Amino acid sequence: MSDVASGAGPSAGPPQAGPDPLGGSTVVPDRRGAPSLLEVRGLAAQYGPTRVLHGIDFAVAGSGITTILGANGAGKTTLLRAVCNMIRTSGEVVLAGERIDGLPTETIVRRGVAHVPDGRGTFMNLSVEENLRLGAHTRKDRREIGADCDRMYAHFPRLKERRRQQAGTLSGGEQQMLAVSRALMLRPRLLLLDEPSFGLAPLIVQQLFEILKSINQADRIGMLLVEQNAAMALSLADQAYLLETGRVVMSGSAAAIRSDEQIRRSYLGY
Amino acid sequence: MDQLLHQILSGLATGGIYASVALALVMIYQATHLVNFAQGEMAMFTTYIAWALLQAGLPYWAAFAITVVGAFVLGVAIERIIVRPVENSPILAVVIVFIALLVIFNSIAGWIFTYTIKPFPSPFPAEPLFGNPYLSSHELGSMAITLVVLLLLFVFFRFTPLGLAMRAAAQNPVSSRLVGIRVGWMLALGWGLAAAIGSIAGMMVAPTVFLEPNMMGGILLYAFAGALLGGIDSPGGAVLGGFIVGVLENVVGVYVGSELKLTFALVLIVGVLVIRPSGLFGKVHVVRV
Amino acid sequence: MTTLDRRKLAGLVLVLLLACALPFFIANYRVFQMTLVLAYAIALLGLNMLTGYNGQISLGHGAFYAIGAYTAAILMDKAGLPYWATIPLAGAACFVAGFLFGLPALRLEGLYLALATFALGIAMPQILKHKSIEGWTGGVQGITILKPDAPPWTGLSQDRWLYFFTLAWMVFLFVLGWNLLRGRIGRAMVAIRDQPIAAQAMGVNTAMVKSLTFGVSALYTGIAGALGAIAVQFVAPDSFNLFLSITLLTGVVIGGLASISGAIFGALFIQFVPNVADQISKAAPWAIYGIVLIAFMYAMPTGVAGFLRLARARLVRRPSGPIPR
Repeated sequence: MSDVASGAGPSAGPPQAGPDPLGGSTVVPDRRGAPSLLEVRGLAAQYGPTRVLHGIDFAVAGSGITTILGANGAGKTTLLRAVCNMIRTSGEVVLAGERIDGLPTETIVRRGVAHVPDGRGTFMNLSVEENLRLGAHTRKDRREIGADCDRMYAHFPRLKERRRQQAGTLSGGEQQMLAVSRALMLRPRLLLLDEPSFGLAPLIVQQLFEILKSINQADRIGMLLVEQNAAMALSLADQAYLLETGRVVMSGSAAAIRSDEQIRRSYLGY
Repeated sequence: MDQLLHQILSGLATGGIYASVALALVMIYQATHLVNFAQGEMAMFTTYIAWALLQAGLPYWAAFAITVVGAFVLGVAIERIIVRPVENSPILAVVIVFIALLVIFNSIAGWIFTYTIKPFPSPFPAEPLFGNPYLSSHELGSMAITLVVLLLLFVFFRFTPLGLAMRAAAQNPVSSRLVGIRVGWMLALGWGLAAAIGSIAGMMVAPTVFLEPNMMGGILLYAFAGALLGGIDSPGGAVLGGFIVGVLENVVGVYVGSELKLTFALVLIVGVLVIRPSGLFGKVHVVRV
Repeated sequence: MTTLDRRKLAGLVLVLLLACALPFFIANYRVFQMTLVLAYAIALLGLNMLTGYNGQISLGHGAFYAIGAYTAAILMDKAGLPYWATIPLAGAACFVAGFLFGLPALRLEGLYLALATFALGIAMPQILKHKSIEGWTGGVQGITILKPDAPPWTGLSQDRWLYFFTLAWMVFLFVLGWNLLRGRIGRAMVAIRDQPIAAQAMGVNTAMVKSLTFGVSALYTGIAGALGAIAVQFVAPDSFNLFLSITLLTGVVIGGLASISGAIFGALFIQFVPNVADQISKAAPWAIYGIVLIAFMYAMPTGVAGFLRLARARLVRRPSGPIPR
């Protein structure tokens, strides 16, 4: 039902037998149709002499959620770092029709790409409030920033309790919420999330993903979600890709993959 | 007893100078984990600029202001042009570049302005305030200026978005990029501020020790001692350390002899590094094996 | 012995012969300058051992040069020892001083060691001037030494004799140093520089090697100081200030870190460039040092010796056969 592409080209949506409840077939990265928010072609990346990504293609629709699944070492974190040009990369990265590959990371961020990194990247010695304000560093609208802080506190009341605390004293789950909030303070067009479920209790993960879903629908922010926890990711996403040792081995709508037991068992282990 | 009080107060005045230079050192250290060995010579050089402006007839505070701004620009330029290419080089290479800067500033000052000792005016009156026997007006004035500068910096770093961005860039450059901070320019700004602080310290100390190219050597050493004592990655600690060293220097000078003041700084530096490298208020670094 | 080794040896012998012939073709004053070059070369090799091979940054090596110089001067002036006896004693004194300084230095890494040695370099003149040891050191005025006469059977002038005396020490110390650096200790030094934790894990006694290196490095620089003092006939505190330490560092950078032959290039540089630059202005030599240091860090981090090695490697081609070196 799904293509098993080995990074050769963008995959078409799976041929549906019936209606796809999530409308996944609209997410085809098709240059003739509506432009995708993020299109990546032939992305390759390396650490020193070691090649980690071998020329992969994927896309994120306008305000859709794409997830990239894979085991440890598949190259998921590298992929997000490559999109932000934090490591040596080659290939094309196109954000809303404009090439961003080769630009310095901070410039890519200024174009509206917020990255919640592996390990959360919290500013440990600064307060929660300072962390949030840093997320809005590139914005000029001072009053709106204050309002946005309050919106984040509304999403995550625990952060509000600890707003003056040093961020390093927060628990893992709280730091994850802080990291997501900080990224959202940018008012990004595209949100990159690197394993947000890592090290979190299932209930917290559930809450977090629900909030992500509601933000995606309310604010129309596109999301690229890299995850090991396939079940949770597929429940959130529209499109899914599977990464194995630096290559895309499968892609398709999340709904389709979720409902295909064979694929789930052989590729995703559940 | 009277002597002691005088020495302590006087020590606080010079301590203010050490605290300022120590703060400049810590600002650069926090962002780069490097100590700018050329900080003293840069301060000396910018003080000479002030002297030249005064010689040209400018009123004191105009020369002061222009010098501070000029020092800021110089610091930014040095970081962007000279330090940036060796940013990621091994420590030895960077240390050598800093030493080279030290030597270049020292020699250019000597070349342009000669090695003759010159007097440098103080903006403060010659008579002590209220005729008190403890502190000259210059000592009092320079302490006041030091405190104002420190206060302004504190407010800047704690309450302005740019100050926040600079703190973030120093602590975590990777995450800083991810919120759009131009880390390279934050670094340059840090150097600019450090150079500006240094120029103020230079202008405050020159009236006392007289202006000559080697004037800042001992002061730099005391600033190092103060910064290490307080904690090389703690700005507040460095400031406190500077004041402590200032007082200790004077007290030691009275009771042990003034010819050993530099040796005292050396002993203090080696002592702190060996006994408690993180200083009084710095963070203890655990090196992961 | 491979062809390369034999060629290298032949080259060295040739250089040595030239060095022996040199003093007979130049004026006495130039001979004196070349003697200083030889002394500096020894000092630079010492510093190179510590910083180049062992990775411990010293910004205060002028202090050991000073200790060696003053030891020789005091022994000659106050104890009446003949000049040739002071050299090994100066070396021994500096070895002890270096080893002792190296002990607390063990706990200091990179930057912090640079800071501590920087402080030493700045404080040294003040220590030398101190009243309590004035009886020995001659305080601010320092000590004047009488230039030794050449033994009558040689028929050489004083300058020429001192040159050969210094040359003999230099050759001896260089051969010794080459042996040391080539052997187990040398490899341990480099291992500590590059991968200290791995070295320790493999059984290298890091603390002992580092302290020993400090001691040996100080010994070399101290002997250089003694030889230099005898040649100059004078020691005074202000000649041994921070700028001496910076001069030595410059010499090592220019000659090439972790290179023995580099010491000679560096010594030639620090002896003759100031002579030329001095004529422009008193400040000029330092400006040149500074600019050269920066230029070398950008363009030629391996120094002149490294550059020559690279050039030779590119120019020398084997017609056929094994991997080109």
